Amino acid sequence: MPPRVGVVVFPGSNCEHDAVLAVRRLGGTADLLWHGVTTVAGFDALVLPGGFAHGDYLRPGALARFSPVMEAVASFAEEGGPVLGICNGFQVLCEAGLLPGALQKNRGLRFLCTTVGVRVDSEASILTKAVPSGTRLRIPINHFEGNYTCDPSTLSCLQDENRIVLRYVENPNGSIDDIAGICSSAGNVVGLMPHPERAIDALLGPTDGSVLLRSFLGASSDRGSARPGVSSGCAGSSPAGGPGR
Amino acid sequence: MTGTLWAVDAGQEHSEGDRSRFGGGVRVDSGPPGVDPGIHRALGLTDGERDEIETVLVRPPNHLELALFAVMWSEHCSYKSSRVHLRRLPTEGPHVLVGPGENAGVVDAGGGIAVAIRIESHNHPSAIEPYQGAATGVGGILRDIFTMGARPIALMDSLFFGDPDDVRQQWLIEGVVAGISGYGNSVGVPTVGGELSFDACYRQNPLVNVLCLGVLPTDRLVLGRASGAGNLAVLLGASTGRDGIGGVSVLASSGFEGEDSAEEMAKRPTVQVGDPYEEKRLIEACLELLEAKLVVGIQDLGGAGLVCATSETATRGGVGMDVDVSAVPLREPAMEAYEVMPSESQERMLAIVTPDDLARVEAVCRRWEVRSAVVGRVTEPPPGQPGRLRVLDGMDGEVLGDVPAAALSEDAPLYHRPLRRPLDHDARLDDDPGALVAPDDCCADLLALLSDSSWVYRQYDHQLFLNTVEGPGGDAAVLRLAAPGLPDSDAGLALSTDSNPAWCAIDPRAGTAATVAEGALNVACTGARPLAVVNCLNFGSPEDPEVMWQLAEAVDGMTEACLALELPVIGGNVSLYNESFGTSIDPTPVVGTLGLIERLRRRPPGVSLADGSTVVLLDAGAGSTSARRRPPSLGGSRWAVERRGHRNGRLPELDLAGHLRLVRLVTGLVSESCGSGADGTGPSDAGPPLVAGIHDVSGGGLGVTLAEMAIRSGVGVRVAGIADHHELFSESPSRVVVCTNRCSELVGHAAGAGIGFRVLGEGGGDRIIVEDLVDVAVEEAASTARRRLEQLDRPEERDVR
Repeated sequence: MPPRVGVVVFPGSNCEHDAVLAVRRLGGTADLLWHGVTTVAGFDALVLPGGFAHGDYLRPGALARFSPVMEAVASFAEEGGPVLGICNGFQVLCEAGLLPGALQKNRGLRFLCTTVGVRVDSEASILTKAVPSGTRLRIPINHFEGNYTCDPSTLSCLQDENRIVLRYVENPNGSIDDIAGICSSAGNVVGLMPHPERAIDALLGPTDGSVLLRSFLGASSDRGSARPGVSSGCAGSSPAGGPGR
Repeated sequence: MTGTLWAVDAGQEHSEGDRSRFGGGVRVDSGPPGVDPGIHRALGLTDGERDEIETVLVRPPNHLELALFAVMWSEHCSYKSSRVHLRRLPTEGPHVLVGPGENAGVVDAGGGIAVAIRIESHNHPSAIEPYQGAATGVGGILRDIFTMGARPIALMDSLFFGDPDDVRQQWLIEGVVAGISGYGNSVGVPTVGGELSFDACYRQNPLVNVLCLGVLPTDRLVLGRASGAGNLAVLLGASTGRDGIGGVSVLASSGFEGEDSAEEMAKRPTVQVGDPYEEKRLIEACLELLEAKLVVGIQDLGGAGLVCATSETATRGGVGMDVDVSAVPLREPAMEAYEVMPSESQERMLAIVTPDDLARVEAVCRRWEVRSAVVGRVTEPPPGQPGRLRVLDGMDGEVLGDVPAAALSEDAPLYHRPLRRPLDHDARLDDDPGALVAPDDCCADLLALLSDSSWVYRQYDHQLFLNTVEGPGGDAAVLRLAAPGLPDSDAGLALSTDSNPAWCAIDPRAGTAATVAEGALNVACTGARPLAVVNCLNFGSPEDPEVMWQLAEAVDGMTEACLALELPVIGGNVSLYNESFGTSIDPTPVVGTLGLIERLRRRPPGVSLADGSTVVLLDAGAGSTSARRRPPSLGGSRWAVERRGHRNGRLPELDLAGHLRLVRLVTGLVSESCGSGADGTGPSDAGPPLVAGIHDVSGGGLGVTLAEMAIRSGVGVRVAGIADHHELFSESPSRVVVCTNRCSELVGHAAGAGIGFRVLGEGGGDRIIVEDLVDVAVEEAASTARRRLEQLDRPEERDVR
């Protein structure tokens, strides 16, 4: 059975159709999931897509964490369900406390839409479990606030627990430790700034994104193999109150 | 249309039209008692126009009514100076579903899919407040597209500034680019291309033209008209504030006196402020309403706000409309009716809805968190009379204003402004740059002409929707023809924006024709067949007879080229009063060209060179064997203008019949190469593609064309037999450079099509070499091209890259 992926749509999301298209092209099934729902029952995996949820008002993800669906997303993650946050989805996951750290404005203070090199540095996540460490991929980025930051203890925790799943080959935005993507301590929640769904069709350019998304779909169809885990790990690093406050 | 013809000579304006059918107006009083006799001038109306309004109403207008007429009869809304000329443009074609006059032009792309396209200027707002000016330009053009029922899937921008080394220009460039980036990215429509030009004539008056393309299932096409007396007018989206009042009349319809003067500062409140998040929700809500067939008609609120939306929908539908001004949700208290009606607050739409569907409309809006308010109702015109626009205080309350709806829009004044060919025009044509002393160093001149705008488009999301096959920086953007809700298709679209103000300044007719020709060739270079064009005509003051001559000539040049190339003009926009201190910008018609790729299966070869390939020039002007038929002219070339400050001379000749042959040849060659032939057979897998890279010869001539191909592919080139700087920098039209590994086959096709050809050299290595003239490393050329814009990054940011 192909995994059934729910793609969460907040008002202001704009990559939801692209995520659905990518999942379908790679053999999964996908449906849109309105942010106002309070259950995610029936889905094997969730994607929080790119865009500007709630207009990025206040700061990216700051309002989306209060959308009704986020409580269900948090429970799903806690039960080990695969959750992938792409770009704005990564920002939402950080604001919701499902991943540690935060994304601030790019060094250089400009929006960046370009294709960059990234390196897989950990196989301990749903996004990379089928991709050997050291693999280099070319994937588009498209963000203004993609400069990942966290406190030193969180950073060493991420490093020690092998949770930095993707690093930029040439850092485009000032991210600490060249971080392009991280995962939760259980590896089932992943956030990344690059857009793998934009790199799946040779007609459009590089197809390296399909390497990551295939791994994600593979992990989603045999979920249960992922260790059940609690939110973001790294004690003290998640915002007070946690998800669904 | 029974437009009144106004003569404007010597300021003696009078009406020739029969206005009696508008007679019988009811005397109403509103606004401040005793209207100031000069108030119409402050609103941008002439004395003659004020008198004409009184004739229409058969009584003096009150303050509110004057405000309605002032915005609707502005140059921006009424095209009163340009309409007599625009009528000459060819607008029809077998695949045209909607031509000019609606919110956007629409063509049939086959397979049950239609494409909507429009281009518009936001020049003056961007000059005053670059970020918001450009941002709201994007917002406005998007609404024009989804008003038609189409989902916007691509934006393009044509930007014109003064010298980028000047700090004030840098402020403008950064603000405009940030505004487009901030709004376009957030609203979720990719910006897939455009153009960026610099010339001193835009120093005080930059140009920001924005083009939007949308797609829709053909059967969802909707038009902006009201019908059915008793139906409701529902205002959707943002609340209404005092921003943008008189934007069309005060700001868009007069020139500038200079930077930072008190007068310019005073115009600042006429620039609107955009909210892309509001627009994003509005797009989704409106498309859902249209998909569910819950609206009878729909119209965006742009220039002239509610006045324009209500009067235009009523006029098009042959009905009247009552507007309850007290029902309009306001952003600030105590706004007067004459402020509410023309306000240009952004992100608003007017939907015409049957009373039965209102509850469902409101439910869709609630889901998308879009405000909706019933602000009016459609009224039946009295028998034998036109529909009226009435502004009321409460639906059954006091009548604040009452005018014939059509008098505001379709029957707006029409001017035959005087035209005059400049007295020194012949002398300018005879002053040819061919006589200029040859450069000591052609290589240095070539490097100075290179410009890489990736600094700009790196700030735009150009990939959203997974449609962008070829993004910014090529000859044309190439998109898959796909969007949620569309039937499956393996066709593609090509889109290009082009302009050539230096040519148009010398000869507006020939320059505009050449601009149309270049657009057609640009889309052909991606394998597309050119389908239709839209235009944005940016000119100086229509009150200057020489500017009006430029406009008339440009329209005639566009007409000639469009007829010869079989391209209908399906929409347009005119921006006048682009002047400062009494000096007009160079005439700047911008042409957006839409092309269709029948089957898009592989990436087109693009602006590229391949190692070991042969580099061939195809030249429609060169007969069948040799590309040396005519002496290459430098008239209007970037080399002459930018390197020597020489803006005169005769333009290279354009043979439209030969150009059409070249366009067809190129479309055929490229579509075969990328496996997109209409027969679906594609290239044989045995050999290399017929075309491995292609680029048209335009601004900067052959030298710049070769350098751009090398820079974009990172592969060098060596060519020989280019005699001198004339040949290197001439911008003779109807030429493309092709890189191929199947040279004899390629030239066979060219000869068969009656197109001249010439083998220039070969691709390979890491240097750009034109024997005896140019020798530079590809990397050095690339970094030189980037430097001009990257200086806008602060030093610590440059270190990042």
